Amino acid sequence: MTNQAALVDATVTASSPIALMGFVVLTILVTATTITYYLEQSRPGLNLREVWVKIRSWWFMAPLFWGCVAIDPRAGVGLVAVICYMALKEYYTLVHTVQADRGALFWSYLTIPIQFYWIGTGWYAMFSIFIPVYLMLFIPVRQVIEGETTDFVARTGRIYWGLLYFVYGLSHMAYMIKLGPGGRELLLWLVFLTQINDVCAFCWGKTFGRNKIAPKISPNKTWEGFLGGIFSTGLLAMFTSFMTPFTLKGAYMIGVGLGVAGFLGDLTVAAIKRDAGVKDASDFIPGHGGVLDRVNSLTFTAPLFFHFVRYFYF
Amino acid sequence: MDHWLRVAFYLLVVRPFLTFVIGMRVKGAQHLETNEQVVIVSNHNSHLDTVVLLDLVGVRRMARFRPVAAADYFEVSGPVEYFSHALFNILPIRRKGPGDQSQNPIDVMAQAIEAGESLILFPEGTRGEPEKLARFRSGVGVLVAKYPHLKVVPVWLEGMGKILPKGAWYPVPFNGSVNIGPPTAFTGDAKTITAAIEAMVQELGRETRASQFGTQP
Repeated sequence: MTNQAALVDATVTASSPIALMGFVVLTILVTATTITYYLEQSRPGLNLREVWVKIRSWWFMAPLFWGCVAIDPRAGVGLVAVICYMALKEYYTLVHTVQADRGALFWSYLTIPIQFYWIGTGWYAMFSIFIPVYLMLFIPVRQVIEGETTDFVARTGRIYWGLLYFVYGLSHMAYMIKLGPGGRELLLWLVFLTQINDVCAFCWGKTFGRNKIAPKISPNKTWEGFLGGIFSTGLLAMFTSFMTPFTLKGAYMIGVGLGVAGFLGDLTVAAIKRDAGVKDASDFIPGHGGVLDRVNSLTFTAPLFFHFVRYFYF
Repeated sequence: MDHWLRVAFYLLVVRPFLTFVIGMRVKGAQHLETNEQVVIVSNHNSHLDTVVLLDLVGVRRMARFRPVAAADYFEVSGPVEYFSHALFNILPIRRKGPGDQSQNPIDVMAQAIEAGESLILFPEGTRGEPEKLARFRSGVGVLVAKYPHLKVVPVWLEGMGKILPKGAWYPVPFNGSVNIGPPTAFTGDAKTITAAIEAMVQELGRETRASQFGTQP
């Protein structure tokens, strides 16, 4: 394969893959809304309030993300930066921090504009080492300057881990835009599949869920939801492979892989929330919880998918 | 002039800050939308507390509210004093040292109440240790016992002591929340009233912490 297939004009025209993707998402939103409406009409006993709230939030989130990425690459990068900030803030609110951590926390937040500056200028080498190398060294040094040694390892680890997941990991989404022609399409594809995998797993689990898959960490997740989710995601990946340079079979396998990775990301963030004793990271997005609850899967799928396509296609 | 300065400050600085840095979650906001004369009583951990409460009161009602503040801290000459009055409209009281002959803080607050103003009061007396509730001073009970028509709006502020604790000079973003109880009238002696108000604020705090984003899975 070459990346010729991925070469598309930067502007979005009505027949471009990005516009087509927008149409697919719109169709799914309309279908989901219609189905929920008819379910409510035909079975009055069913409590669909939670589903309605979720769908309403999707009507905001999906057009916002698609719009930012489609209109202007800079808007897309900026939106990802805001998402990183919100997710990191929710993470730092959840985990235990003390007053002596304030300096290191402050610098962690400042990492976001710096990391996104590297992305904006397309400096790949700096983007990929800035947090793993320089911040790995800087955060402990800032803690040392503070001079508080109680729980030093745990406190410093907590702060740095959040940085790795919610800034470094998620910022791979933004760099996809900078990968070259076709990068924006791949970003939209990645986010679409990761989110639709969550939705499919939710629907399969609600309908057929019997056997708990990780009762200690996330009691609502079932084997039926997981397997149904990745299967559906694979199919949708095939169906939307016009966004990518992949063959149908390749798209299916990547879709399944993203489903598995997303599931693991979901569980990892669920473990963080368990540790903190909460169900949702905040109530910023009605029906979904916090930003953290919406990007949990992306912390895994974004870096994995990014390096996959970068290795093979760019 | 000062009014427009305040409106601009709250809409252009405070609102964006509360939204993006604190991401504040408010419960019971309707309890502050009252035109009665009230005393807002809250726990106190941060300079942000006053800003948040005034913002929740809203620019239209703000002029009637006086945050009770320590004169020794806010009335040092210069910009701090100017902004304390221009933006926060503080009611300065003197925290008494031994042998201090200055005016009794209760009398200062009583004068404001008789002038028809509402108060914002932090009965812990100081911002104290982050995120810990100190015992209430009895001043609030004395005032409410003296003016039974005054309603008390109890408030719990969560997270402000993490964002900007005592002694810190820069804020660090965390999600915060506010829990506002209904305006309540009290009768009785000062000591009982103080204890009852303290219990209400504590209860709001317990409720806030228990309902942190659905602890029940």
